Amino acid sequence: MAVTALALARVRNLFAVVMMSGIFSLTAAALYVVQDAVDVAFTEAAVGAGIATVLGLATLAVTRSEAEKKVRAVAFGPLLLVIVTGAALIYGTLDMPDYGDPAAPIHGHVAPRYLADSEKETGVPNVVTSVLASYRGYDTLGETTVILTAACGVLMLLGRNRRQKRNAPTRDSAA
Amino acid sequence: MMLLPGLFNYWLVVVLMMIGFYVVIAQGNLVKKLFGLNIFQVAVFVFYISMGKIEDGTAPILVDGEPVYTNPLPSVLILTAIVVGIATLALGLALAVRIRNAFGTMEEDEIDAAEADPS
Repeated sequence: MAVTALALARVRNLFAVVMMSGIFSLTAAALYVVQDAVDVAFTEAAVGAGIATVLGLATLAVTRSEAEKKVRAVAFGPLLLVIVTGAALIYGTLDMPDYGDPAAPIHGHVAPRYLADSEKETGVPNVVTSVLASYRGYDTLGETTVILTAACGVLMLLGRNRRQKRNAPTRDSAA
Repeated sequence: MMLLPGLFNYWLVVVLMMIGFYVVIAQGNLVKKLFGLNIFQVAVFVFYISMGKIEDGTAPILVDGEPVYTNPLPSVLILTAIVVGIATLALGLALAVRIRNAFGTMEEDEIDAAEADPS
């Protein structure tokens, strides 16, 4: 997975970048299955590997761009910043509980309550579904609103563009 | 998994996150920046899902008996986050297309040059 991400960072052909992103998402989905998060894996495979790739390809098709124009040397300022941040984050993980530790604090709070009572309260055997759709129903509704807003935004950005192309070059002088 | 140290997952997450971060701040192409942001996001998702995993646990779908269930709450949060992430990605790509139409390029430095010198 890290290899795919590195390849994505190095490759200059944008088509390859989009394809790498698809492979990356699919690997991530496989990783989620290993970690028992099957619902997340479904979503990642459908949305991350599917829709994101389609969106990227559509963008490339519309803009007809193939490769980045400049060959960039490794930028040392950003690289240094990245290494320092990474080191700080790794220092932060040293206090984390081990992977898979059942005594980790995250498992102690409300999670057991959902596991114990959600089937009685909602009648849905899949706890992820019952929390998502029932206990956090308003949040999921808000999420749908976010999608609607994003769709409106995309339509406004790209739809206006088409109209302006129709009635001639007024825009270029304004810009 | 036994051979790896207990924090290996988190280190992998940090490495992925930093690759994404580097792409976002050091690369000039807007589409590539957006996909770098995508890597960063996925790193955060993997971090959450790793925290939820319990050794020998199974997926949180209730069955008879008393199996150990992996924590369902990170999954729920990340499901929402994935969907919001794709929405922002779509909006960002649309913005990139608009910028390309206005400036004729998606390279950041060329856009800067075009803005400084509007001819």
